[in-house]
Amino acid sequence: MSDVVTMDDLSNEEILSILDDSERLVAVARGDVHLPLLEGKVLANMFYENSTRTRMSFESAMKRLGGSVLNFSSIGTSVAKGETLFDTMQMVEGYADIAVIRHPQQGAAQYSADAINIPILNAGDGAGNHPTQTMLDLFTIREAHGTLEGLNVVLVGDLRYGRTVHSLSHALTRFGAELTLVSPKTLMMPDEIVNDLRSTGATISESTDLIAAIPDADVIYMTRIQKERFPDEDEYAKVAGIYMLDAKDMGGAKEGMIVMHPLPRVSELHPSLDSTVNARYFQQAFNGVPTRMALLCRSLGVKIPKEVKK
Amino acid sequence: MSEMRRVTAICNGTVIDHIPAGRALQVIKMLRIDTNRSNPVSLVMNVPSDKMGRKDLLKIEDLELNQEELDRLALISPNASVAIIRNYGVAEKRVVELAEELVNVARCTFSNCITQNPREPLPQKLVLYSRDPIEVRCYYCGKRQDLDDIIDNLI
Repeated sequence: MSDVVTMDDLSNEEILSILDDSERLVAVARGDVHLPLLEGKVLANMFYENSTRTRMSFESAMKRLGGSVLNFSSIGTSVAKGETLFDTMQMVEGYADIAVIRHPQQGAAQYSADAINIPILNAGDGAGNHPTQTMLDLFTIREAHGTLEGLNVVLVGDLRYGRTVHSLSHALTRFGAELTLVSPKTLMMPDEIVNDLRSTGATISESTDLIAAIPDADVIYMTRIQKERFPDEDEYAKVAGIYMLDAKDMGGAKEGMIVMHPLPRVSELHPSLDSTVNARYFQQAFNGVPTRMALLCRSLGVKIPKEVKK
Repeated sequence: MSEMRRVTAICNGTVIDHIPAGRALQVIKMLRIDTNRSNPVSLVMNVPSDKMGRKDLLKIEDLELNQEELDRLALISPNASVAIIRNYGVAEKRVVELAEELVNVARCTFSNCITQNPREPLPQKLVLYSRDPIEVRCYYCGKRQDLDDIIDNLI
């Protein structure tokens, strides 16, 4: 089956091949080349949680490749009347060729993938997995450094609830990256994930000090402290705004170091950073389009030409 | 005194031998024969064993363990010997084997797992991650459970 629910659904060779495909699709993603590989295909965008970039970049990817999109939101639909996810997915199977799902409950994407026969791409399930974000993150890192191997990647912020960093840390260690985990004590990466990563032989260090981690970093991956994941507002207030980067902090960085962020940002990236050579987060958001194009094609069994020309 | 003389032979049922010493009560719980059942059960704990040093033993009357029950038993006692007794004789020996997947044996307790939604028609599915010590993970959300958790969360 061509579902992508977790990064474990993709081998290292497949990941690299999807990144190569994505690279060839950049001109299509920008609208410079017309390549209707998915003409006649229909994507169902099933969003049970808010999303801006993920939903729009999937929609852009599908439309740039000539396909069409059915957008679904759980508000004002039969879900509000109590329809189960199972029933909703049965309906989607009849309406679309492929479905993207984001859901607040962990495991919802796997459940959907088992429930129906069209391919499912997981666009985030609770604090679980977000593999298409990981693919665009890997693409952005490789684009900047030419490789994924041997890099020192500093993951910063909410490492406890952030699904993006969970998926990404697993993928990076598969390619031999060294991780530095920077977070407040209350938002540290769960022990079970750190132990899993270490059991693969990965080098991982943990710290609460972001500034000290800058000089050795090849990538600084900032994340938002997610208010919606906190059961208690006081607990959120204690850690909100704890890590911030601005242009001045880039003085001590290695040449070529990039700053990434899955966005939206709150206060963790000062606007002064936007014009530095290090800022890569808007490019990263764009990269969602070619990588999701490549993933849609893979799941639909559509080959991407070896050369994509105007 | 030989262990077999500690309790009388049973006419029909199941004898589970070579349970690790002290684990028989957990086996009873795991097999759900501790509640709402009328089968007589004889339990022998901490008896000497050539193979194991000490062991526990259970004799359950008028119940032949099925495969699903053997899968449950395997979690606690993967090396147990199971004999089906009919008319005071061993009619069959059954093999206990730890399954790679446990379906509807124990529930996932992660509050945000899709399995917590009672209206969704899906089984509780745990996947074996480590045999020694036992560790399983929810097929859907990945939440881990050790043996004590599984016993606490039995369905």
